[in-house]
Amino acid sequence: MVENNRWGNLFAHLVLILGVAIVIFPVYVAIIASTHPPGTFIRGVMPLLPGPNALENYKTVITQGRSQAGTPPIGGMLWNSFVMAMAITIGKLSISLLSAFAIVYFRFPFRIFFFWVIFLTLMLPVEVRIVPTFQVVADLGMLNSFAGLSIPLIASATATFLFRQFFMTVPEELMEAARVDGAGPMKFFKDILMPLSITNIAALFVIMFIYGWNQYLWPLLITTDPEYYTIVMGIQRMVTGGDSEPLWHLVMATVVLAALPPILVILFMQRLFVKGLTETEK
Amino acid sequence: MASITMDNLGKVYTGNVRAVSDVNIDIADGEMIVLVGPSGCGKSTLLRMVAGLETITEGTLKIGDRVVNQLEPADRDIAMVFQNYALYPHMTVFNNLAYGLKNRGFKKDEIDRRVREAATMLEIGKFLDRKPRQLSGGQRQRVAMGRALVREPAAFLFDEPLSNLDAKLRVQMRVEIRQLQKRLGTTSLYVTHDQLEALTMADRLVVLNGGRIEQIGTPMEVYLRPATTFVAGFIGSPAMNMLPTAYLRGLVAADALAHMPVAADLVGLRPEDLSLAPAGEGEIALTGQLMLLEPAGAESHLHLTFEGIKDTIVARLPHVPDVQEGSHLTFSIRRDKLHPFDQATGKRVA
Ligand SMILES: Nc1ncnc2c1ncn2[C@@H]1O[C@H](COP(=O)(O)OP(=O)(O)OP(=O)(O)O)[C@@H](O)[C@H]1O
Ligand SMILES: [Mg+2]
Repeated sequence: MVENNRWGNLFAHLVLILGVAIVIFPVYVAIIASTHPPGTFIRGVMPLLPGPNALENYKTVITQGRSQAGTPPIGGMLWNSFVMAMAITIGKLSISLLSAFAIVYFRFPFRIFFFWVIFLTLMLPVEVRIVPTFQVVADLGMLNSFAGLSIPLIASATATFLFRQFFMTVPEELMEAARVDGAGPMKFFKDILMPLSITNIAALFVIMFIYGWNQYLWPLLITTDPEYYTIVMGIQRMVTGGDSEPLWHLVMATVVLAALPPILVILFMQRLFVKGLTETEK
Repeated sequence: MASITMDNLGKVYTGNVRAVSDVNIDIADGEMIVLVGPSGCGKSTLLRMVAGLETITEGTLKIGDRVVNQLEPADRDIAMVFQNYALYPHMTVFNNLAYGLKNRGFKKDEIDRRVREAATMLEIGKFLDRKPRQLSGGQRQRVAMGRALVREPAAFLFDEPLSNLDAKLRVQMRVEIRQLQKRLGTTSLYVTHDQLEALTMADRLVVLNGGRIEQIGTPMEVYLRPATTFVAGFIGSPAMNMLPTAYLRGLVAADALAHMPVAADLVGLRPEDLSLAPAGEGEIALTGQLMLLEPAGAESHLHLTFEGIKDTIVARLPHVPDVQEGSHLTFSIRRDKLHPFDQATGKRVA
């Protein structure tokens, strides 16, 4: 299939470079914008080269936030987002691993029925069930708390479904060999199934982390205390809050900082998938 | 070390699928029993019932003098070697061998000692740090054996352990497994569909068909006196020829078949009992037309048609004769090599 056609190659590269450029450009703009002094944007000319104010802008967002608009320094918000995203990710992974394990390896009444019930919840993302969920969380007194931020987002049909599919490809003899070797169900899960799923877990970890990190509507609804603001809603407050024009240079600095943790998570987890991919079992 | 007693074992899968019925086998301590039969006859099911991987729906199973029907596989003191080896892919060979011991709470140095001992015995010592995927099929097979060995169980259970190996390796491993089993004196139950493996490895052979036992006996008993037409056709290669007694009576002198029981209306002739030598004392002669000569190095298979018989009759000679396809050949066979069967019941008569 691969032909050594110079023009073809050149064309393919051009298309790819163009695609990358389209994706990279806004990111580049955000980074550049975060380095300019206050008034630059208001003039309506988009600078394409870095400005002189990088250090100062980042220092402001990290230490002061935008206090007059009621936005705290971003350190706290980054931490809140991180805690929320981690809680959602770890919660989703543990629940979906366990439920997929139950569905694939145990014979209990209405097994298939429960599988479909889990599957149906795919059609009910937070946005759809937001009002009743808010009511429940409010009644349980979980407004303005990490529990309220993360627990309602933990159930995950997608991950359960993916793990189920994966577990079904694990040869049944492995489970039988483990039974003969004296491993009970949980030991089998921990010693054999989990290590075999590591690539899947790493991939889902990244997806779930970004999902949790990017939550916007839900935190916006249930947090009124700046102590629990997450970074994504913080950005929104920075844009709309206060009477003055949005301070774009600060917003952009915050955006750049907000994008860092997901990138770090990807870089870190990437080693796990590469390991998993190159060590795929026959 | 223990005996295994199967008392009227039966298995009905959910959905009323009957896989095994009325199995009675007493396996003596240290004995190697081979279960053999065609695909789908219930060999694996029976083995897995003994292992505890499949529930026993009828009868009782004893290992030693404990009834183990309700026990988990781990509590039955057995070790199993699976057809696809079922090695833990993410663990090193060492850990594969050690896993069962760790779960049973063995001390670290005892685990180490046993694993190294088994590894030496199976010559996999230099692979202990590798993962299963870095091993060849034969080496994986050894690791799977090792995992069974280290446990020093009361019984080994094998489910077609050699069927994924190439022919040469299969012969080699067959010999090794048998030697090892004899040396350790561990009671073993071995499933195979390969009759050569069955004949060479077994102390006693159990031929299964449709979930029932057709015959139990030493390999030579089963070969020399097959109890049913099924066993006659299954054990021995090429398969035993069957001729109606009436047909034979028409060919030979009246008293030549006098020794055959009256009920025997079917006669079995092993291909290897037919010879091209002229019929002598106590032998009968049969003439057929040679359709095909298959030379196979040290031996040859001759496919013949007999007038009035629609099945081809196969003769196996210990040399390749110099004959033309299409020619008529006369074979002789000793009268006492004829196997009398009752066609209606499929059973051997006397
Ligand atoms: N889980 C199951 N549910 C229902 N029927 C089953 C199940 N497992 C096996 N059977 C049936 O039981 C019979 C015996 O199967 P088994 O696997 O023991 O055969 P086998 O002798 O091992 O065959 P092979 O040589 O092909 O491995 C078959 O007819 C099979 O269809
Ligand atoms: Mg089988």
